[in-house]
Amino acid sequence: MDLWIVSMALFVVSSLLGGLNYISTILNLRTKGMSMTRLPLTIWAMFFTAVLGVLSFPVLLSGLILLLFDRNLGTSFYLSDIVVNGEILPNEGGSAILFQHLFWFLGHPEVYIILLPAMGMVSEILSVNSRKPIFGYMAMLGSLFAITILAFLVWAHHMFVTGLNPFLGSIFVLLTLLIAVPSAIKVFNWLTTLWRGNIRFTPATLFAIGFVSLFISGGLTGIFLGNSTIDIHLHDTMFVVAHFHIVMGVASFFGMFAGVYHWFPKMFGRYLNSTLGYIHFWVTMIGSYLIFWPMHYQGLAGIPRRYLDKRGWVSFNDFPELDKMITIVSIIVFAMQLMFVFNFIYSIFKGRKVTSTNPWGANTLEWTTPIRPGHGNWPGEIPEVHRWPYDYSKDGREFIPQTEPIGENESKH
Amino acid sequence: MQTFFIVAILGLGFLITFQIAKASEYVAVLRGEEKARKQTNKVNAFMLLAFLIIGMIGVYYCNEKLKGKILGEPASDHGILVDRMLYITIALTGIVFVITQICLFWFAYKYQESDKRKAYYYPHNNKLELIWTVIPAITLTVLVGFGIFYWYKITGKAPENAMIVEVTGKQFGWEFRYPGKDGVLGKKYFKNVSPEKNNPAGQLWEDKYNHDDVFMEQEMHLVVNKPVKLVINAKDVIHDVGLAHFRMKMDAVPGTPTTMWFTPTFTTKQMIEKTGKPDFVYEISCDQMCGKGHYSMRGVIVVETQEEFDAWLAAKKPQYLVANPDKDPAAVKTDTLNKVAAVIN
Ligand SMILES: [Cu+2]
Ligand SMILES: [Cu+2]
Repeated sequence: MDLWIVSMALFVVSSLLGGLNYISTILNLRTKGMSMTRLPLTIWAMFFTAVLGVLSFPVLLSGLILLLFDRNLGTSFYLSDIVVNGEILPNEGGSAILFQHLFWFLGHPEVYIILLPAMGMVSEILSVNSRKPIFGYMAMLGSLFAITILAFLVWAHHMFVTGLNPFLGSIFVLLTLLIAVPSAIKVFNWLTTLWRGNIRFTPATLFAIGFVSLFISGGLTGIFLGNSTIDIHLHDTMFVVAHFHIVMGVASFFGMFAGVYHWFPKMFGRYLNSTLGYIHFWVTMIGSYLIFWPMHYQGLAGIPRRYLDKRGWVSFNDFPELDKMITIVSIIVFAMQLMFVFNFIYSIFKGRKVTSTNPWGANTLEWTTPIRPGHGNWPGEIPEVHRWPYDYSKDGREFIPQTEPIGENESKH
Repeated sequence: MQTFFIVAILGLGFLITFQIAKASEYVAVLRGEEKARKQTNKVNAFMLLAFLIIGMIGVYYCNEKLKGKILGEPASDHGILVDRMLYITIALTGIVFVITQICLFWFAYKYQESDKRKAYYYPHNNKLELIWTVIPAITLTVLVGFGIFYWYKITGKAPENAMIVEVTGKQFGWEFRYPGKDGVLGKKYFKNVSPEKNNPAGQLWEDKYNHDDVFMEQEMHLVVNKPVKLVINAKDVIHDVGLAHFRMKMDAVPGTPTTMWFTPTFTTKQMIEKTGKPDFVYEISCDQMCGKGHYSMRGVIVVETQEEFDAWLAAKKPQYLVANPDKDPAAVKTDTLNKVAAVIN
């Protein structure tokens, strides 16, 4: 346990340094012409993610240091009135709830630390593969910003039933449900990006579409749990398991898979096997809904989380076949992920070779580097940027890279 | 043997899938990559549409199959509020869910790549953005409004006539203390906890209020239609008093007592009839992970009429007398009788 705390501390430090690196690189090392509003949304998402991490991880670190003190130096930050197995501990005056506050002050932003990069990559991939600009770039940016701010102000929605002051609870209900507004904006913008596109279903596109579907499903159940009245019943039940696995687990993974399939050719100069990619997507997509959708019903029935055996209960013993089905499907879905790992490693060495620098016909800078970029990415001068990254299907041209100067008769948007 | 079988089947599936995938790549090269790509594009677009349709049927089927196993009528006044809020939210989010999922998969299918179509350059439209900022904002205001209104009702002050019961969670079970005739729970201090001295709650015997407090484990009794205020404690780690049928829940935190109140509206007997389960009991589940035995941290609540309750409680001996038998008038009496008998003999 102490070793775990120390390793967590090291992890926090490294993620802080990493985050600072992202922030300073994005602010200071942009190439000529790359104004902040010409950044791809992936980079914006990375930027906000780093800001979130840098501001919230230190709180966890301080919480962990206090925990270390409690465990080894006899302090009572979190401990009070404790009798374990008949042994009376001397500690008095601490509060176990304090740890929850410190933990969730990181814990909630952490959800967005995981989710924002996925949102950024999905925006990019949907735009590239529907051959259309991302709809509402500024609104996408604004909603990313709003989510980042709100992410710091909602942590106590995990603590509605800890005996927290009901007035405080109501404030956190308001702030939590407020997050649904920027999230809704993002969903509608993704939908409009697909609308009247000319969509190519690469494995990356499919995972991006899957992300949007899961984000809708998991986001909407957040409106249940963020509402303290409903949370009284659903708190710590299987409903929570379903909610956060869909939105923060599977959806983020889908965003990450989309990113891997999309940028793999850039990373290794070879493609991932796309048939395996399609199988990977469909098995995971169908499997995820099969696993997590029925769990909502278990939660509504009040079944608590983390019950390994429900046979001793009268109230919770109604779903044995369902549990069996979920177990089987999750084994299959897990095996499928091993297949992805295998595909990943195999394709690094044996994958189909990339033959052009820009296989997806994308506008962003990374696709102007050689197929196998050397040190410094570009052999000569670094390129200059003249436009935003989303000029797809503009003026009858399928795509116009960022490095191309604005033409004389080019229409404005 | 079974494990071996599963592993073997998985391994085989693995191998076959991989071979198919590899072969399909060669076939694609032979047939012309562009043509093969367009073919898979069509297949995937169709599958997305199929996923939408089958998925929606699946959602309906799942609901038909499972709706009888969830919820049921709430067994407390607060439960009615919780369920009402739940149904309002299900209705509103349900509409959004159906519309957005249909748009997503329908657009994906409809606007799949085709040589005949050019994508439409459509970078922004502030009016649209405004519409889908304002509409969710209004919807959420409604949800927040109802939510906070019910929340204050549920977490508000308990009525004056509420009976008080102390609930204490420990690894892995529940302890209860009733305040007795005076209606007040006596003071306790955790360093006094001593099962050997018959003082498992750590009561302070100097405190008069403690003298009629009744202590018991695992089973709690409540009176139907009478508000009850639970004073919740934990001995070792954080637990949680989960009452699924009453739709109530509150953490049990060591060192920081919490409270909740509600009014049970059906007796256990009535619930047996309502649910059709002959073995029905109200259960207290620990909803906060508390260790190895978490899943088995079960308590039972019996809801009954006032007369049944009074008879049940009257039969219990206050813990004060259990811990201090010399103060027990009944015991003292028999003691003196014995002494008298001894003298006579
Ligand atoms: Cu949260
Ligand atoms: Cu427990």
